[in-house]
Amino acid sequence: MQRFSFFQLALNALDRHRSWPAFWRAAAPRESYDTVIVGAGGHGLATAYYLAKNHGITDVAVLEKGWLGGGNTGRNTTIIRSNYLWDESAHLYEHALKLWEGLSTELNLNVMLSQRGVLNLAHNLHDVREGVRRVQANRLNGIDAEWLSPEQVKEFCPIIDIDARRRHPVLGATLQRRGGVARHDAVAWGYARAADARGVDIVQNCEVTGIDVENGRITGLQTTRGAIRARRVGLVAAGHSSVLAGMAGFRLPVQSHPLQALVSEPIKPILDCVVMSNAVHVYVSQSDKGELVMGAGIDAFNSYAQRGSFHVIEHQMGALLELFPIFSRLRMMRTWGGIVDVCPDASPIIGRTPVDGLFINCGWGTGGFKATPGSGWVFAHTIATGEPHPLNAPFRLDRFTSGALIDEHGAAAVAH
Amino acid sequence: MLLIPCPWCGRREETEFANGGEAHIARPADPAALSQEEWAAYVFLRDNPKGWMRERWFHAHGCRRWFNLVRHTVTHEIAAAYPPGAPPPPLPGEAA
Repeated sequence: MQRFSFFQLALNALDRHRSWPAFWRAAAPRESYDTVIVGAGGHGLATAYYLAKNHGITDVAVLEKGWLGGGNTGRNTTIIRSNYLWDESAHLYEHALKLWEGLSTELNLNVMLSQRGVLNLAHNLHDVREGVRRVQANRLNGIDAEWLSPEQVKEFCPIIDIDARRRHPVLGATLQRRGGVARHDAVAWGYARAADARGVDIVQNCEVTGIDVENGRITGLQTTRGAIRARRVGLVAAGHSSVLAGMAGFRLPVQSHPLQALVSEPIKPILDCVVMSNAVHVYVSQSDKGELVMGAGIDAFNSYAQRGSFHVIEHQMGALLELFPIFSRLRMMRTWGGIVDVCPDASPIIGRTPVDGLFINCGWGTGGFKATPGSGWVFAHTIATGEPHPLNAPFRLDRFTSGALIDEHGAAAVAH
Repeated sequence: MLLIPCPWCGRREETEFANGGEAHIARPADPAALSQEEWAAYVFLRDNPKGWMRERWFHAHGCRRWFNLVRHTVTHEIAAAYPPGAPPPPLPGEAA
């Protein structure tokens, strides 16, 4: 791998940047691998990278039915935070946030992490109680968290409307200063480049069409580019997890829904933090290009269509204007949707499956992007050792049988 | 935006309705006899098909009645609407 540096930048300027190498090889699938990861999004690529780096397993292929990072990795609103209520989630997301903080150096690629602070607004008495409780819970877990009064909110984010006569007045907010945003494509590209440098094959346009199981153990995969034998397989396919699980003969407690996001026309810098609101339900930040990037809740019906209904967008815009009347004449440029796999307790499933040698990482629902490095870290450990990492042990598939749910619905600082 | 044919009111906009998830989930006849796994399956496991699906809808801002829909989860095409209690119609392309 050619390392990026200021010297390389100057050197490549001499021929007008025509000689930069490709980030990763266009690998054709081999007949057999030790480990195959299905899904080349951020989580899958991070898994492959940490398999190679932390566990020395480099006989690895990452299969992607479309193009690298073209699913939810490229469709989210890039918010990063770790201010989850429950201990299990807090530890997992905080591990991810700590990895984020060193990721650009680690991958030798600028993932443009911007720790600009994440505000979660409270609009009613319940929101206030929930927010204060979550701040205390976060602090007990060693996570930075603050409670802001309405005046402090106004000071931190001057364009917000804190008029107490509004229908949804701002009564305060939680603030995680280490939270923020990152460049989502760069995360996928960075992990792909670093994994490729360690010998991982990244195979695009290769859709899995069947999973071969013999005597309860995985033996390989059928794909649109031929059969591939594998000793271990990790499924990291987000919205299509149920489809893949069906091929392997088991069911998952997840439902696939469209989650929509949109961006406005670019404007001058006006919003230098991330603002999230449960009650009026929108989350918004401003990109480096100047666009407002916004998202909200899922469409209620099951879908694999990567598009949703317009009234969801309309509701989202209503919420935005409730908080920021200043944006009333802002025009929206693009909307899109991704397919998110939602668990009954709004927490992910990371661990073993009923099939030996087959592991699954799914159910991240509406909030998987922030966890990308941590998810890859613990999933690589799970695949390499056959046992979960202490951080993902609570997120096992059989928690739905045992009843040990990690109920982040409403507890996770966003209404899902 | 879906245009949903309520069996009682006709075609109405999606905003009048609430989605109720997979249809034809029967409550266990003898709940006390269920194992942990069977309870988990009844409470948490739902089909999540990529294709035709039978699902429940509630006409919340209309006649306030429940009904079932056969809808495709990729094209969002609606093939049939039928009242609760009616036998499930075959999915399009499926033998009756």
